[in-house]
Amino acid sequence: MQLTLWTYEGPPHIGAMRIATAMEGLHYVLHAPQGDTYADLLFTMIERRDARPPVTYTTFQARDLGSDTAEIFKDAAAAAYERFRPQAMIVGASCTAELIQDDPGGLAKALNLPIPVIALELPAYQKKENWGASETFYRLVRGLSGSPSPEPKPEGRRPSCNILGPTALGFRHRDDLAEITGLLGRLGIAVNVVAPMGASPADLGRLKDADFNVVLYPEVARAAAQYLQKTFGQPMVETVPIGVGATIRFVEEVAALAGIDPAPVLAGAPSRAPWYSRSVDSTYLTGKRVFIFGDATHAIAAARVAKAELGFRVVGLGTYGREFAREVRAEATLHGIEALISDDYLDVEAAIQAAGPELVLGTQMERHIAKRLGLPCAVISAPVHVQDFPARYSPQMGFEGANVLFDTWVHPLMMGLEEHLLGMFREDPEFNDRAPSHLGGKAPAGAPAPAPPVPEPVTSVTLAGPTAPTWAVEAEKELRKIPFFVRGKARTNTETFARERALPLITVETLYDAKAHFGR
Amino acid sequence: MNAPFLPPRTVAATAEPGCGDVAIRQERGQRAVFCGLTGIVWLHRKIQDAFFLVVGSRTCAHLIQSAAGVMIFAEPRFATAIIDERDLAGIADMNEELDRVVRRLIERRPDIRLLFLVGSCPSEVIKLDLGRAAQRLSTTFSPDVRVLSYSGSGIETTFTQGEDACLAALVPEMPREAPDAAPSLLVAGALADVVEDQFLRLFSELGIANVAFLPARRAGALPAVGPNTTFLLAQPFLTDTAKALEARGAKRLSAPFPLGVEGTTRWLRAAADAWGVPEGRFEAATAPGRARAARALDHHRETLAGKWVFFFPDSQLEVPLARFLSRELGMGLCEVGTPYLHRGHLAEDLALLPDGTDIVEGQSLDAQMDRARAERPDLTVCGLGLANPLEAEGLATKWSIELLFTPIQGYDQAGDLAELFARPLVRRTRLEV
Repeated sequence: MQLTLWTYEGPPHIGAMRIATAMEGLHYVLHAPQGDTYADLLFTMIERRDARPPVTYTTFQARDLGSDTAEIFKDAAAAAYERFRPQAMIVGASCTAELIQDDPGGLAKALNLPIPVIALELPAYQKKENWGASETFYRLVRGLSGSPSPEPKPEGRRPSCNILGPTALGFRHRDDLAEITGLLGRLGIAVNVVAPMGASPADLGRLKDADFNVVLYPEVARAAAQYLQKTFGQPMVETVPIGVGATIRFVEEVAALAGIDPAPVLAGAPSRAPWYSRSVDSTYLTGKRVFIFGDATHAIAAARVAKAELGFRVVGLGTYGREFAREVRAEATLHGIEALISDDYLDVEAAIQAAGPELVLGTQMERHIAKRLGLPCAVISAPVHVQDFPARYSPQMGFEGANVLFDTWVHPLMMGLEEHLLGMFREDPEFNDRAPSHLGGKAPAGAPAPAPPVPEPVTSVTLAGPTAPTWAVEAEKELRKIPFFVRGKARTNTETFARERALPLITVETLYDAKAHFGR
Repeated sequence: MNAPFLPPRTVAATAEPGCGDVAIRQERGQRAVFCGLTGIVWLHRKIQDAFFLVVGSRTCAHLIQSAAGVMIFAEPRFATAIIDERDLAGIADMNEELDRVVRRLIERRPDIRLLFLVGSCPSEVIKLDLGRAAQRLSTTFSPDVRVLSYSGSGIETTFTQGEDACLAALVPEMPREAPDAAPSLLVAGALADVVEDQFLRLFSELGIANVAFLPARRAGALPAVGPNTTFLLAQPFLTDTAKALEARGAKRLSAPFPLGVEGTTRWLRAAADAWGVPEGRFEAATAPGRARAARALDHHRETLAGKWVFFFPDSQLEVPLARFLSRELGMGLCEVGTPYLHRGHLAEDLALLPDGTDIVEGQSLDAQMDRARAERPDLTVCGLGLANPLEAEGLATKWSIELLFTPIQGYDQAGDLAELFARPLVRRTRLEV
């Protein structure tokens, strides 16, 4: 049993729903108790879709458990076929239905429907949402992509690729897809099939016509792309084009596979982000301590952008996606840190507290942590809520995506002039530690410089050991003169410094000795 | 909106009070409703020192955070103990695991006084005995934390029935009233704080002094109960809570629910009659509220009168709401869906519905959507899974969950309640894009 305040991923059948809802002409019959239809809201409210997801739930109740829940499933599947007439169907169980073991696959087979019916085995007590999406997409591709065609591809046509991975409820998938489709178009590469988003089961039968596959979201599409590589010999591009550097690498890779010169597309300044980052206004961003957490794809990409394109210092990097732990560990090594691989929200909270960052780049869940710790935060990865399915064009990928990242990540930080003045004058009744004024933060009128905004932790996750040295009153006062966003780090550093030297009392001198010892 | 698709019927407001002559049909099939776990979303705000720990699967955790996670919490007052394969395979002892999780939780939140272990579909199907776990943990953490249990599973409870189960679990915790206790009035059902305060003032003007609410705002402040207690249900979904109160000797007053002027007046009158409040005093105490509410309703009658409304089942509030909309705002009722109908508790509301009202208990989702499409109501009251899809089909909708976390009861909310239904219609006339 795991104590879960927030869960980073839903159960695996939500992943299957994301595939079914992304596609057209596919229906999902889900054996699930009454109430599990809450999942419809993810699509109709958070993503604001204008149609019900193509999902029929059996919604059994307690009174049904005594009778034949298998019969309820068969009736629901037959009725769903009659009503929606899909090209193909997927069938499976939610966590509760998994316990009653009705075998939706076998039951659906017994119905002898005149369409392909793909049974999903999604172990709800072991696996999670992204795995469910990946497995469902893999099963669909495997079941519907056919066998290799004997005739060779016609000569002389435009090189073409499939784009694999965008789903319903994906973080910025809509605009990433537009951005990358545009980029491929400028390169002269045709897009054969985009899947699962917008694809029908029949479209999956055309996947094999492409020359290669672009995997935008490995969490969802790597398994399917590997199958296509093995079965049809299609190479895959797995460089995720988030950030300017990654986008350039992506363009070079797809151009090489297509036999095209990438230079015209890369010429000029295709993104504003590099100049924004080089302009002197951004100098104060240098070395800002940033903690990064999310799905592996977005976390790794964010770490590279943070370090190489914004000049931040990555002090924490982690993912909740165990399937991609290896990649995240490798990236963390490049930043000289150890990766945090955990889906335990409390572990993440403790790690953030220990790292003392000035900015958190994470998911909706890290916004809760950042609020508790009083830290600036921007969202880089699912899980996200309704505000991160915006109306405006806001890709993460490609050159425009890099522009979006620059604006989004810098926004929550206190702006340069205010940060300087705060470092100099600590007793301003209006401008103080509480919150950057460009975010509308305000202190109570007439209040002098307030107490530390970082709440003194009162919980079991507090990391200060029992041997924490005592602070002299003057030293404590001096500590408060340090701007809030580096104060936590200064406190930890000073205490470490004192502990290492077995100093029982931290004085003002100790504070400055530690400062000199550690640098900033 | 245009005239209803239905052949014009006599609009309800002109009809005489019905005589309970309504058709109640039952329907079975796919249900698009929440499970009882959803009640946590408002209950954790109402009981300020309570924590709700769901014992369930990742699905349960996902449900609650999808519903409540748009708010950014420094310290949420709900969580899930997720059952994993080690628990199911019997590798881990589930009771020990649960104790460990609860210990970790209470260390983190020493301010919690009341902990609910909330059962879910998985915990019910595997028959994990949360009642005994709650007893055991109560002993462990006594006297700092009281631990109770109830089920919010989808297989047993629909949406607001989660509150019923929660309050029913609180009833045995209520102190026993003294044998010579003065008659007291208990109002059952979570109400907005402002509504509670208004009702307290009204009861006081009626001369009913000894009034308490269930749930109380703090866990330690539960009112006493016994044979001298009389209770009024403020919500229509409190079947088990009422049963539990009756089992402790309390007597239920029969009344329609306090929605709108009429509902509120009749609800108050039930208490006034039981307390023998003279008619003059009742008139004097309620007249200002009735007059204000009547004025407030006038603002919305133009928008709503003559319009047809269709209710999908959601909260059990549908019957009293339909009564309010038809009698006080002149709306026509296409179909009143409700997930469950307690004929006793709703008798007075049912009797006030216009003759021939079509009430459907239960649901077969696709068939019901077909009926709504065919009838083309002016306003469809439905859950958020259906609202945007129906809007896209051209039907104006009012999402029903909002009725649970908006103050709607009593005189001074009657206008707000009408406004909730008028707003989507007004919005449609405003938007030019």
